[in-house]
Amino acid sequence: MSLLTIRNLIVKFATATGSFTAVDGIDVSLDRGEVLAIVGESGSGKSVSMLAVMGLLPDTATVTADQMTYDGRNMLTMTGAERRKLIGREITMIFQEPVASLNPSFTVGFQIEEVLRLNLGLSGKAARERAMDLFRAVGIPEPEEKMKAYPHQMSGGQCQRVMIAIAIASNPRLLIADEPTTALDVTIQKQILDLLMKLQEDHGMGLILITHDMGVVAETADRVVVQYKGRKMEEAEVLDLFENPQSPYTRALLSALPEHATGDRLPTVSDFFNEEAAR
Amino acid sequence: MTPVVEGRAIVRDYHVPGSMVRRAKNVRAVKGIDFSVQKGKTLAIVGESGSGKSTLARIIALIDAPTEGELLIEGQGIDITARRPGPDLRSKVQMVFQNPYGSLNPRQKIGDVLTEPLVINTDVPAAERRDRARAMLQKVGLMPEHYNRYPHMFSGGQRQRIAIARALMLKPSLLVLDEPVSALDLSVQAQVLNLLADLQDEMGLTYVFVSHDLSVVRYIADEVMVISKGEAVEQGSREEIFANPTHPYTRQLFAATPVTDVEAIRARVARRKAARQAVAT
Repeated sequence: MSLLTIRNLIVKFATATGSFTAVDGIDVSLDRGEVLAIVGESGSGKSVSMLAVMGLLPDTATVTADQMTYDGRNMLTMTGAERRKLIGREITMIFQEPVASLNPSFTVGFQIEEVLRLNLGLSGKAARERAMDLFRAVGIPEPEEKMKAYPHQMSGGQCQRVMIAIAIASNPRLLIADEPTTALDVTIQKQILDLLMKLQEDHGMGLILITHDMGVVAETADRVVVQYKGRKMEEAEVLDLFENPQSPYTRALLSALPEHATGDRLPTVSDFFNEEAAR
Repeated sequence: MTPVVEGRAIVRDYHVPGSMVRRAKNVRAVKGIDFSVQKGKTLAIVGESGSGKSTLARIIALIDAPTEGELLIEGQGIDITARRPGPDLRSKVQMVFQNPYGSLNPRQKIGDVLTEPLVINTDVPAAERRDRARAMLQKVGLMPEHYNRYPHMFSGGQRQRIAIARALMLKPSLLVLDEPVSALDLSVQAQVLNLLADLQDEMGLTYVFVSHDLSVVRYIADEVMVISKGEAVEQGSREEIFANPTHPYTRQLFAATPVTDVEAIRARVARRKAARQAVAT
């Protein structure tokens, strides 16, 4: 039942001062219809590992893995053409900055129709109608009007809805969301997360959610992978992770939540590592 | 006791110029807000984007003038349209901005970032400026040897420490912080919040803390003001607001804040399982 299986993924970047290992032996597996959260702070390699799956890393990156299969197909030996059929159709991705990921010089309607034309072969009226259906599905009010709007004329939350509409246009079986709500307010964050979860349940998509926010994890994930400096620290069902975290790093992350503050000071990750070292 | 900062019926209008097809109009971003903060306390201003919270912060930080209403700093009425704030006022009120990547000049060394407020507002000699900047670096948890480095050599959390250090160089009594930890990772956020709490105790600072994150507000605030569409819909002590939010908008904010409580997660996981079984059968 596994949709995506990655074993021992290593991503290295060639830099001026030698090779830098961003992801160091990560395993990821995702079942059909499952929501997996990958948690870590900046520099933990959480985005890089998923960009490697999408093939979106720059030329300076070297990606190796013992296994990378999607739905039984080996992604490592795939030709470029085969991969392009998969990426953007069966596997799609949304990014952190919704306003920056849309092209400012075209209307959002044009941008979603472009995807429908290229990936689904729809044209003219059919594309328009499907685009408006998608806009309705992601909760954009007055879809007819909004099709003519440019990204700068919409709010951040609405741009993210457009991005989601584009990402689900081809009925993907795997959606990778990289910090989809980090740039948004709490009330809008809630709406976007609810929308993602609803779409996920309705379509039975696999969803990989990359985030640094434990609150988002608590509200969405089935299973959680905690990453730190390119390595996996812990993998657990969401309830187990919050109830009984195994790795010291996870415990540190959880206690750094302001709502878990007990005294005057918030424990920080470095406090925890010092404690561990002292033991 | 005279409050460090007080606002009386603060109003701010923005003029949106018209065009061939659109008539010019005035947008009222802040619609008559009253507040006051006592020395050593923290007032948190909570609201979503477009609520006018940053506009209010800029008025308190003496960057923008209110259209109507009165702003008092240490009991003294301030009108920045009549007279530009001089060194005396600038060394009372300073501001820290949300994005530490945008608020530091990439071509300015950290030492120059920190000494510039002194150059502009005081006649402290160069040697002492340097010493003060080095001491301040240590105070915010950085190293004196960071003095000659450039902003790009620092992480987001370190840059926010630099921005805080810059704001403190003139030893202000009031610090306006506009979403100072929103751009930071959770664990770095905790470090910066700790730093702010330490500095407040040590220097007797008064904070106006703008945020949309209620869990952060609960940690740092003494008083809370919730604003929506330019109006203060709820105002009170932290305990009052968190124990008993009365306004529907405040409740909506609470409902939207993610819950990391184990029981809540248990309930959600059970709901999902039930939904899946319903689909399967």
